[in-house]
Formats: sequence, structure tokens, C-alpha cells
Amino acid sequence: MKTGLKKMSLALAGVAAMGAGAAVEAQEVKKGGTAIIHMISEQRTLNPALRASTGVYNISGKIVEPLIDRSYEGYEPVLATEWSTSEDGLAITIKLREGVNWHDGEAFACDDVAFTAMEMWKPLLNYSSALQSNLESVDCTDDHTAVFNYSKPMPLALFVAAMPDLGHPMPKHLYEGTDILNNPYNTAPVGTGPFKFVEYERGQYVMAVKNEDYWREGFPYLDRIVWRFIKDKSAAAAALEAGEVHESGFIGVSMADVERLSRDDRFDVGTKGYENNVAHSTVEFNHRNPILADVKVRQAMAHGLNIDYAIETIMRGFAEPGRGPVPKAGGMNYTDDVRMYEYDVEKAKAMLDEAGYPAGDDGIRFKLRHRPAPWGEYTQLWGEYFAQAMKEIGIDVEILTNDAPGFLNGVYRDHDFDTANGWHQFRSDPAVSTMVWLRSGQPEGTPWTNQFGWVNEEIDQMIDDAASELDPDKRAAMYHEIQRKNQEILPVMFAIEHPFISVTNKKLMNHHNTPRWNSSSWYDLWLDE
Amino acid sequence: MRLPLPPIVIYALRRLLQAVPVIILIMIGTFLLLKLAPGDTVDALVGDMGGADADFIARLRQEYGLDQPVYVQLWVYMTKLATFDFGWSFVYEQPVATVLWDRLGTTLLLMATSLSLAFTIGIALGAIAARRAYSLTDNVISTLGLVFYATPSFFLSLMMMLLFSVKLGWLPVGGIKTIAGFYTGWDHVVDVARHLVMPTAALSLIYLSFYLRLMRASVMEVADLDYVRTARAKGASESRLMIHHIMRNALLPVITLLGLQFSTVLGGSVVVETIFTLPGLGSLAYQSVVQRDMNTLMGIIFLCSIIVVVVNFLTDLLYARLDSRIELT
Repeated sequence: MKTGLKKMSLALAGVAAMGAGAAVEAQEVKKGGTAIIHMISEQRTLNPALRASTGVYNISGKIVEPLIDRSYEGYEPVLATEWSTSEDGLAITIKLREGVNWHDGEAFACDDVAFTAMEMWKPLLNYSSALQSNLESVDCTDDHTAVFNYSKPMPLALFVAAMPDLGHPMPKHLYEGTDILNNPYNTAPVGTGPFKFVEYERGQYVMAVKNEDYWREGFPYLDRIVWRFIKDKSAAAAALEAGEVHESGFIGVSMADVERLSRDDRFDVGTKGYENNVAHSTVEFNHRNPILADVKVRQAMAHGLNIDYAIETIMRGFAEPGRGPVPKAGGMNYTDDVRMYEYDVEKAKAMLDEAGYPAGDDGIRFKLRHRPAPWGEYTQLWGEYFAQAMKEIGIDVEILTNDAPGFLNGVYRDHDFDTANGWHQFRSDPAVSTMVWLRSGQPEGTPWTNQFGWVNEEIDQMIDDAASELDPDKRAAMYHEIQRKNQEILPVMFAIEHPFISVTNKKLMNHHNTPRWNSSSWYDLWLDE
Repeated sequence: MRLPLPPIVIYALRRLLQAVPVIILIMIGTFLLLKLAPGDTVDALVGDMGGADADFIARLRQEYGLDQPVYVQLWVYMTKLATFDFGWSFVYEQPVATVLWDRLGTTLLLMATSLSLAFTIGIALGAIAARRAYSLTDNVISTLGLVFYATPSFFLSLMMMLLFSVKLGWLPVGGIKTIAGFYTGWDHVVDVARHLVMPTAALSLIYLSFYLRLMRASVMEVADLDYVRTARAKGASESRLMIHHIMRNALLPVITLLGLQFSTVLGGSVVVETIFTLPGLGSLAYQSVVQRDMNTLMGIIFLCSIIVVVVNFLTDLLYARLDSRIELT
């Protein structure tokens, strides 16, 4: 038994090493040790069933497990072992893993799933409340079988794709009858994962220790994980170099340091392990402005942007041109058969002339007020590049600098902008992520939705049809059509598609071996020291 | 009618009474000013989360009491404050008093060590430079002072980090203690001290240059005064002259500066605390602004205004002690 396990782990390490493309030989796993992970910002909650955010998963993913996770091979059973759907798509049946205990010793059962789904996923969890809006009930036919009943067909592919992020059950016995939002376990989570929560020292760190009772026998390898909060990006880079921190994810150091550390052979620097956390750098138009409501103008602006240059200088090559609302990582829903806009200043100028906006005596055609999102260095730079590039084709862009609340209110609530830029994450399936940029009728003031005054009934209909289409092939074809349509008329410019970047000390073994690694459970992570 | 109290106590009581309306005005002014900033804590939270739907946002606003008109929010806050209830921090999910209390120690430790180091070394170097004005010693000291004065603290911090942590590996990069070290007793004290070396140095070098330059100018001015010449004529030794006659008088402007700087103690180390990730009030204040955490920010400002009032009072007492011509009335 013991040797069998060891062989298996050797094989795992080998697979991971090959997957990473590095010439690391399979070596014997060392157990024990403390992995120290850099976090930029503090988290208000650590309950992933109340808050869908990579910042939360980066910590809670090791403590609380989802029903289904994502691996490079496909969807991987975690707390669910099997899933199936009824013919009409109205009932989804999930078999749950047996013999799993919560960290406090209670057994994990269907009641927990039913409770979390009805009390957290449906009413309280962001993104999930839209996904589960047609969820009527969850029945427990036995202790380890949950049946999700929907009032409208729910595509199984959509349900499964959403589960890694939006499918974390929480223990019913700790939440039932309490004020869920103010439950103290929200910042001291109890889960079934390979690590048990120890403490959250505000402003300093979160600590978790090995779960000796973990259901995957022989795992985890590490004794302890510590997440350190370091706000200053230069200080974080210094901590990595001094060996005080082993990994910094989600572009936690400045782009200059990313480039510098990528030449340092103590570190693995790259985008591997973020295939499921791909984001788009965007240009968003306020269609209430009659100039921008003209499709010719938007197309001309697209021709005025040198995307390759922006990728090289701003993203240091760790990105590629965007092709509409579904990124390459979107699997079968993605198509590259879409219209692209090559960089051509003369063409852009000609198109603007044609649209009826000739250059004035000062070379300026019209003025725009632009709000760049304050989401870190590269987003700001992308906003500045946009302003410069527009100047080339005779559009004077004034940048309105603002902090996070100022930006969110300015763009999404007060609509006080002409153009804006930011980045938006693609969450496995277009129905639970990028479609909200295009679908009209979003409640006023909801951040990261279509607050652009853009209404197109044809696209709205296509989005609604795709969300409840049960045949995966037909569904994919519908998303291809939406992508083509978006690239044709550019209601939102999904200009650059980029995964995030991690800087990882090579002492960490088996790192970034799943497509959403920073959010995953790290049960097979070990430290070579 | 005269109260049978010593004049110093009457003076203290009067100053205390004067302070109350000042603090109330500060709190109201700050509250309104913060309300003018675009966006509230819910916007900041939603920004952190990467999106939420409208119902979620409305429910949070209601829970945090942000759906009320501003004057109602102000009234609720002020009545609570009157009972020294600082409210609840929605960012840290803890009472503000707890959040502040946890951070106060670190900041006071950092500031007290930095300021006392800066003050003692600063006045010593300043006095030496003044006594040997325009000599090589003076030039070296004055140039160093100028360099420290002109170096921004973030740059100094990062350079020290690069040298002592990254290149030499002598000192930890940041934090207040080794997190998975589990030290106790003296080991813990040594561990914390090691973490504080660089932040203290970074902070005190800047302050040191202030005291040095001011002390040098002040000593040179006092040394030319008549009573110093008289004392010297009466045969006072150079050291007695320096300590009893010159230093005591030259210290007055330096004390004023110390008082002023002590008032900024709580806010003055935002940069250093942020770079070295020390869990102090400076970094907390910065975080609270970014997160629009009103209650925490108001708590910090309340604490700061109290410290300003107290330090001003102490500075006045110290004046009277140093220069007996000054009377407390």
C-alpha cells in the first residue's frame, strides 16, 4: 500500500513536470514544510459560497472544496463523483463522495449541498444568483445523491463549467439558523479540503495547516500554507528574491519585475495555470454619445490601435489579440473565424472622414472623456496607450483618473464617460461571464455589465437562446455567431486576451499543474528543501 | 470664587474643555469630507469581488446603513461616538476599537523608536556641527543631513531592502514577525526587533535630518548671544557653557518641531508601513481610504486628533520647564 502510493505520487510529479514543459526529472516527494504565498489585498470574507472572486479562492480553495474542479484533462470529480441530467434538462443529478468529513469532524452529506445551494448560491453569491435563478429546489434522494430541479432547462455543460468557481458547499450545521452574511465562519472557514484554517491576522497573514483526515489518502504533502499580504509590489518582488515568499500570482509584482524575474533561473515565470482565469483588456464605449453610436467610428478606432505593440510593451508579450467575448480558453464555444482590425492609421482616418468627422484646423476631429480602470499597472498603461493612439487619428482623449469606487460609479452608475477601459475575467462559460457586457436590460448601476447604453434585440435574443440550449454543438455555434457579430459591430472592444502571470520559486513542486491552479486545492503541492 | 486646585490642573482642565468642540468639529468636517469622495465601501467591495448583481449591492447598502440620508448617518455616528463606540468595520468584520487597538502598538513602537533615535542623534550631531561650524566635521555632517533630507523614504526603504535582505540576506524583507516561526519569550522579542531595524532606520534618517539642521542653526544663533559671552567671561567651562547655557535655549525651536512631528505620528508612516507591510495605523488609514471604510477612518482621525491635543499640551508644559519666562495661563 505504502509503496503503491509512493509510485503514484512519483508518477503524478512526473506528469506535472512534463506538463510544465520543464526538464525536471521525477524526484522523490518530500513531505512537510510551509509554503508562503503572496497576496496583494486583504479579503473581507473567505467564504467562496458567498463571494465569487479569485482573491477568495486563492486562500479558501485549499480549505473549502468545490463539487467539481477543472484539470487539463477536463472536469474532475471532487466532492461530486458523477453528474447527469434528465432528458428535458430540468433536473440535474449529482452523486456525492462518501466518507468525507468536515474539518470539525461532522460528515459531509447531501443536506449540506442542498442547504448551500438554496441559501447561498441562489440568493447570495455573485454571478451564481443569475446562473441559479431558475433553481426551484434541491432534493436529497439519499444522503449522497442531490437532485437540482430547475423551472427552465439548464444545460449540463453550463452547470458543470460553473461548478469549479460557483459550486462550493458549506457545512449546514454551522450556518443553519444563523445570520449567514455575518456568520463568524465566513472569515474562519470550515471545509473538507486538504488544509484546515488556523487564523487570519488582519493586515499580516492567513495560515492553514495540514488536514490529517483528508479523503485523498496520503495527501496533502505540505504541513502548512501561509498567505502574506504585501501591498507594495516592489516589496513583494524583494520578498520573492529573498526567498521569504514562494509564489506571487495574478500579476502580484510590477510588469518590470515580471520581466526581470523571468530571466532569473530561481523562478518559473509564466501564464501556465491560468487557462481558466483568462481576462480581456477592453475598450468600452458609451453608446449614449451619438458619435460613438456610429459603428463606422468604432471600427475606425479599432484600426487605430496597434494591438501587437501594446502586447509587446505593456504586457511584455504575455498576451494575445482578443477575438470577441469568448477567449481561446473558452473551448468549443470559441472560434477564431471573426473579423479582425489590422493597425492602419490612414484607413482609420479615411473611415472617420467618411463617417462625417473631418479633422479641424488643429487636427482634432472630436473629443472624448476616458475613464481608465484603476486595476493595477497594465490596465492604466493600456488606458494611456489608447489615448495616445487615438490622438494619432485625430481624436482628443482626455483621461479622467479615478480610484476604484470613483471608476465604478463614474462608468456603471452615473454613465459619466465616453470611453472606458478595464479588464474582465472570463469564467469558463460565456453564459456566466462575458454575455453580461452585451445583454441589454441590466439593472442600472451593476458593475461589469452592459451599462453602455447598448441595445441590440437580435443579440439579446441570441444570448438568451444560447443560455438554455441543451445541445452543446448547437450552443457552441450560437456563441460563434455572437462572437462574429460582436467583432463586426464592436459594441465592446475585447482588445487583448491575457491570462494572469505568476512568479513561482522553483522549490515549489507540482505548481501550476491545473488550469485554475491558484484557485485549486494544492493537495499535491510540495516543497523541495 | 477660586477653586483650591494647583494652577497646572486648572490649566489642564481648561485646555481639555477647549479641546472638546475642536474634536467635534474635526469629526463632523471629516465625515462630510469623506462623504464627498465618489463611491462608498460597497463600491470598493464590489470592485474587489469582480462584480455583483444589483440585488446583492442593494442588500449590502441596507445592511451597512448606507441607504440612509447623510445627516442621519452623521447623527447616528456622532451619538455612538459620544459613548466612545467607534462602530463596526465592514472591511475587517471586527469592531473598529479592536482593529485600532491591534494596530496601535506597532505604530507607537515604530514611531517612538524612530523619533527618539532621530531626536537624540539629531541634536547631538547638530550641536557638534554648530560648535565646529564650517570645519570638515561640519561639512560632512551637514552634507549627510542634506542627503537624508532629500531622499524620499520609499526609495530609502527599497534600497535598504535590496541591500540588506535581497543581496546580503541579513534582515527580513517585511512584516512584524516571522510568521511560521512560532517564537516565544526573548526569541520573539529579538525576532520583532530584527523586523523593525529597517523601517526604523528609514523613518528616523528622514526625521534626523530635520533635527540636525534645525539644531545646528539654533545653536549657532544662541552661541553669539550676550549671556553666553558673559558666562564665558565668568569662566564657565566649554562643556558647562554648552549644556547649561546654549543647549537649553537652543532646544526651544527643536521641541516645537518635535511636538509638531509627534502629532503626525499616526499618519506619518504610511509609506514605510506599506512598503515593509507593518500592520500599523498608517497602512490601515491608507487601506481605509481605498476601501472607503468610513468607521475605521473616522476612528483613526479621532485618535489622531486626541493625540494632537495631548501633544500640544505636553509641548506647552515642556516650554515652561525649559524657559521659565513662559507662563501657563
